[in-house]
Amino acid sequence: MSLPSANATSHPGSLTSIHDISLDGITRLLALTDRLVAEPHRERVKHLDGRKVALLFYESSTRTRTSFELAAKSLGAMTTLVSDKSSSIEKGESLHDTGVTLRALGAECIILRSNYSGAPEVLARSTGLPVLNAGDGMHEHPSQALLDLRTMLTRLGLSQQLTPTTMAGKTVVITGDIRHSRVARSNAILLPKLGARVIFCGPTELCPKEALDISHGVEIERDFEKALRQADVAMMLRIQRERLAGLDIDSAEYIAGYQLNEQRLRAHAPKALVMHPGPMVRGLEIDSAAADGPQSAIEEQVAHGLAVRMALLHRALLGEANA
Amino acid sequence: MSAILLRGGRVIDPTSGANDFADVLLENGVIREVNYTTRSGELDAFAADMGAEVLDCTGCIVAPGIIDAHVHLREPGQTHKETIATGTQSAVAGGVTTVVAMPNTTPVTDSVALLQFVQSVQRDPSARVLAMPAATVGSMGGELTDYAALAEAGAIGFTDDGKPVLADEVMKHALIAAAKLALPISQHAEDTRMTVGASMNFGPVAFRLGLRGMPIEAESSIVERDIRLLEEIERETKLRPHLHVQHVSTGKALAAIRDAKSRGLHVTCEVAPHHIAFTDEAIAGDAAQRSRRYDTHFKMNPPLRSRAEVDACIAAVLDGTVDIIATDHAPHAHHEKNVEFERAPNGITGLETSLGASLRILHREHGMGLVDVLALMTSAPAEKLHLPRLGYDVGRIQTGAFADVMVFDVAAEWTYDVRTTRSKSRNTPFDGAPMLGKVKFTLVHGEVKYRA
Repeated sequence: MSLPSANATSHPGSLTSIHDISLDGITRLLALTDRLVAEPHRERVKHLDGRKVALLFYESSTRTRTSFELAAKSLGAMTTLVSDKSSSIEKGESLHDTGVTLRALGAECIILRSNYSGAPEVLARSTGLPVLNAGDGMHEHPSQALLDLRTMLTRLGLSQQLTPTTMAGKTVVITGDIRHSRVARSNAILLPKLGARVIFCGPTELCPKEALDISHGVEIERDFEKALRQADVAMMLRIQRERLAGLDIDSAEYIAGYQLNEQRLRAHAPKALVMHPGPMVRGLEIDSAAADGPQSAIEEQVAHGLAVRMALLHRALLGEANA
Repeated sequence: MSAILLRGGRVIDPTSGANDFADVLLENGVIREVNYTTRSGELDAFAADMGAEVLDCTGCIVAPGIIDAHVHLREPGQTHKETIATGTQSAVAGGVTTVVAMPNTTPVTDSVALLQFVQSVQRDPSARVLAMPAATVGSMGGELTDYAALAEAGAIGFTDDGKPVLADEVMKHALIAAAKLALPISQHAEDTRMTVGASMNFGPVAFRLGLRGMPIEAESSIVERDIRLLEEIERETKLRPHLHVQHVSTGKALAAIRDAKSRGLHVTCEVAPHHIAFTDEAIAGDAAQRSRRYDTHFKMNPPLRSRAEVDACIAAVLDGTVDIIATDHAPHAHHEKNVEFERAPNGITGLETSLGASLRILHREHGMGLVDVLALMTSAPAEKLHLPRLGYDVGRIQTGAFADVMVFDVAAEWTYDVRTTRSKSRNTPFDGAPMLGKVKFTLVHGEVKYRA
């Protein structure tokens, strides 16, 4: 007797981990994104006309929630938001039961954000519905990795026909709270598949050596300036104070060692693309000059997010064949 | 009480080293005669006179029933997971004739009345139920329970299993109080200050999955501390305390135990089959281990470790550092395990897979002698837990011993199917796993409690 593999019970439209989608799948997804973006609103709203999408948010979020919600509505879907502050979640209802309830109410796709790593797997197994992971604990944020990718491809002038060498010769430096970052994990799994070098940068407490194991093509560099000098992309991460749990990070020391500021950027990476998944803590991991300067793609990332999430919802509800 | 003749099997009795064909006659709950013979049948007439039932053991091993030193029966208070009746039915299906019940029930077994409840025949146990009540009141790690009264009522040791006795002074007093009664303190070795919010082994897999990890030092530092306490007590008093370390899962803790033993300290330890069967890669979803990503059937405490730690555990079993195999059978209902990994309770069932997994891994895959594997599960737990001295003549197939016997086909290769379980819960990582050696009969107190 053999059990199904990791995701055999999951709906093919699910995206719980960036592992779940192949390079070909991403290529098709990016092409779909382009098509959807180019369509006039009147046409676009027909795709998911009348379909029901539930947003299940156990953790507060502005950008990801709004992005998914607007993406769904842009395609004509009805959305409902369930958040921990206003639902039975607060009364201790299990994720399984909440998911089954949403399905019974007609939800055809659930977008889940959770404090718990792996929560989307539970929901996907419980409901059989397509589940889109909008961030699970310290695990992954696959839609973020896809929007980051679209941003990089656009700004670096690379082809969207993805191959294992699409990003060969490119180095992405991810700096900051790697330990607690689902964005770092999803990006570090995806980018090496395209041939990119990923350098994790940060102090040991935030960037442990265990991180090296996440994917081939990942390196660790403690010296931020040395890392920056190699960077085609400098992706900065927020220090997640809420997750530090016992770790004591001295802000002044961190700023001195790892803040991306105008002076550092000019001296060590005058051409690198500056990215940040948000929310930013200005003055800590990044200064305003770097965040708002000409090298920054931070605002564009948000726009790419909406676009990519339209395609993910299209894929979830209308199937891979139509993607 | 009726008589039973176990006819035509090969008797393995680790205590005497016997390993030969024999017919075994059981009467009134004890072993009446063990007749080693090349030609089965010399006891037939005798057995017929007694009206004995004859069980055909041809092609099977007749061995002492398994004694599992670490079992959660969940009664009182958590009977939706397991009861003493269902837990012991599961036990006998796995060849287990004696279980040692852990005290983390609801309420915690920390009084004579609760201990008597657990030991009561009214709970309809299929196997012998011995118990280790709590080492501290409510297992809160503070005030010691009444060791003398509990021992008088049948306690075979004391433990706060599920959590450690963390405070040095409390642990020292516990070891001293237990030593005065010549009973062990059984320790769940985990420095919980190092495992806050952690749900699996610390390392690359935990990083990949975004789960907080338990470092191996959380286990080894408590073992090292407890060993220091043993030395202190031996130095300061005339007592010789007995520390039993539960479910050891790290090479570092095993090294400390090995060293303590070499220095003559009274330390014993157990390893669970799942800690030598699986690695922490299973939690990442591993086809070879038949797991799914974030599979809560692979969540237990101590957690599954890296390959290196698993190898260290196997080496420690082979070199004799590990005294006994115990399952830490910990049933949980489906709805309790069907949650986010970090929220799921720790623990898996194990009574029905203990023999099959241990024989496969230790005997088949690592060449450990059959007698030696059986010793770890039968005679050794009897001896290390002082059961004969406490009035339980179990763990041997010899005239006069309790008739607690398992009969199994050592050559049978089979696959565990959890749908057949007799436990109330199905939280096992061994579903679909290959097993070696299948139980055919289990007899407790001379009665057949399980028939395949």
